Amino acid sequence: MTLILEQLLNGLQFGVMLFLLAAGLTLIFGIMGVINLAHGSLYMVGAYAAAFAAAQTGSLLLAVLAGLVAASVIGMVIEYVVLRRLYARDHLDQVLATFALILMFNQAVTILFGRQPLFVSIPPLLNGSVQLLPGLAYPLYRLAIIAVGLFIALGLYLLINHTRIGMLVRAGATHREMVRALGVDIRLLYTAVFGLGALLAGLAGLMAGPILAVQVGMGEQILIMTFVVVVIGGVGSIRGAFLGALIVGLVDTCLRAFLPGLLRHVMSGSEADALGAGLASMGIYLLMAIVLLARPKGLFPANV
Amino acid sequence: MSDHALTPTHVAAPTLGRSMSLLALAVALIALPFVVKALGQPALVPLATRVLIYAIAAASLNLALGFGGMVSFGHAAFFGIGGYVVGILYRTASDDTLFLGFIPGTDQLLVTLPAAILVAGLFACVIGALSLRTSGVQFIMITLAFAQMLFFLFVSLKAYGGEDGLTIRRRNELFSLDVRDDTTFYFICLGIASLVFLLLWRIVGSRFGMVLAGIRQNERRMAAIGIMPYRYKLAAFVISGMGAGLAGALMANYLRFVSPDMLHWTKSGELMIMIILGGVGTLLGPLLGSALLVILETVLTSWTEHWQLVLGSILLLIVLFTHGGLNGLLIRLGLGRSAP
Repeated sequence: MTLILEQLLNGLQFGVMLFLLAAGLTLIFGIMGVINLAHGSLYMVGAYAAAFAAAQTGSLLLAVLAGLVAASVIGMVIEYVVLRRLYARDHLDQVLATFALILMFNQAVTILFGRQPLFVSIPPLLNGSVQLLPGLAYPLYRLAIIAVGLFIALGLYLLINHTRIGMLVRAGATHREMVRALGVDIRLLYTAVFGLGALLAGLAGLMAGPILAVQVGMGEQILIMTFVVVVIGGVGSIRGAFLGALIVGLVDTCLRAFLPGLLRHVMSGSEADALGAGLASMGIYLLMAIVLLARPKGLFPANV
Repeated sequence: MSDHALTPTHVAAPTLGRSMSLLALAVALIALPFVVKALGQPALVPLATRVLIYAIAAASLNLALGFGGMVSFGHAAFFGIGGYVVGILYRTASDDTLFLGFIPGTDQLLVTLPAAILVAGLFACVIGALSLRTSGVQFIMITLAFAQMLFFLFVSLKAYGGEDGLTIRRRNELFSLDVRDDTTFYFICLGIASLVFLLLWRIVGSRFGMVLAGIRQNERRMAAIGIMPYRYKLAAFVISGMGAGLAGALMANYLRFVSPDMLHWTKSGELMIMIILGGVGTLLGPLLGSALLVILETVLTSWTEHWQLVLGSILLLIVLFTHGGLNGLLIRLGLGRSAP
């Protein structure tokens, strides 16, 4: 029972990380119509900047600031320099251009920091674990990630649904021409939304640092899963991204945790582990295929 | 992609100039092994073979993507399946067992290639039938999802090498040719590539190709004149998957190795890059694109360790400042005309 609870918490933690990435991706796609493969690179930039700042200064606050500032500034720069020219083009050009950006980011990071993964220790403030239930001690750091993720989700909900900026964002997603005709500086809005998405990706990256290895290519691994989240949730919908992220996080974590064990009842140990790991990795893609076949616009489409 | 690059798909009968440039291309491709040997660069023959194999895969994807307007981000799956058909049949033959209990293995190219085409076609039929119920971004993502599923399936198949892949000790045999010889294998690939391009040229110019182009431009209008777009799109998708499977089978023979890397999503990305580089919806564009990408990679790798940075910048500049890839660039510079 405690094992199941622990895995559910792990799934929740992975889910909110995915949400931070998916929120930015779905906004960028929903509003600007851009498929941004380089979103994972911004996650990587956040992780590296925070790890570097932490190693240099040892300060948690400075590390967080460095990660957030680096990701959002670089995000806005690539929007200004590259993506702005691609809004009117079709998806194919966007895929190629952002694929090129991935290559460039990966190589630039390799040149700056080398190929060795960086290891980041958990900040002392958040070290240790909390006794949630008798027999269930859970790492404080992961709880903090869940808290931050839920807090951001609430903040985004308020921002999108209850502020003037949010109103423009929603209007921009559904009636772009009309918003432009009403005299809103849509280019500035685009850059701001892109910066916000990059900021959230950087936040996810810097929080992932102490849990996963900070290495070149970390962005692509999570990018594809983020796309799965966005598509399952419904493109352009923050609510969809949130629920989709939780579903994908929980399903993926639970399959990985429990499937090999279940398979071991029917076959030998090592084969069960290999097949279980493979099937668990397939799980979320299968989920996405089923969702798309049943609800081609995703579970919670934006414009309904 | 600008509309300009997408519209000219009507394939006219070859004009004199066009026939001449095609003839020149054919002569160049046939002469290539002898020329590079004379220049003392025999290592270029395998490189050219790789260009041809990728050109087959990219040209096949282009039938779905460029001519049919179906942006598939999962063609690496068919490429990889083609490779695994060769790998598994070889392994089964050398172990003298039966695959799935009833399929005997073989190492004859004349059997493995059709088998690879058939199996890839079956997968394309299932994946296409499901995926084509969606469109737009959802189509891109669902094809990616199926490819990822197959990728992880092969990663978890420990019996066929899992993550490490399968080694094929000897290339498949074709009559009594010495297929280990790079030049012989180059000519086999050249022959097959010519057949594929000829077939694609016929398909695009046929009634079927016209309907496909019509569906890409306006699906609703085609439906209104009594054509079922779904069937045509599925047929094109299956043909396209078969071509990718064929290329995968050749690649497995070329490398004498298959691994899940062949199904990785970055491979799908590479195939798309080749098409975009060469020009979407043009027949010879994928060949140009494949040559450009393979050569760029090779040259840049030998030139600098940080080749990805340079390759990325070049790709970015091409997307931002040329419309219609290399083909479009050549046209605009007045250096050539649209490939037939």
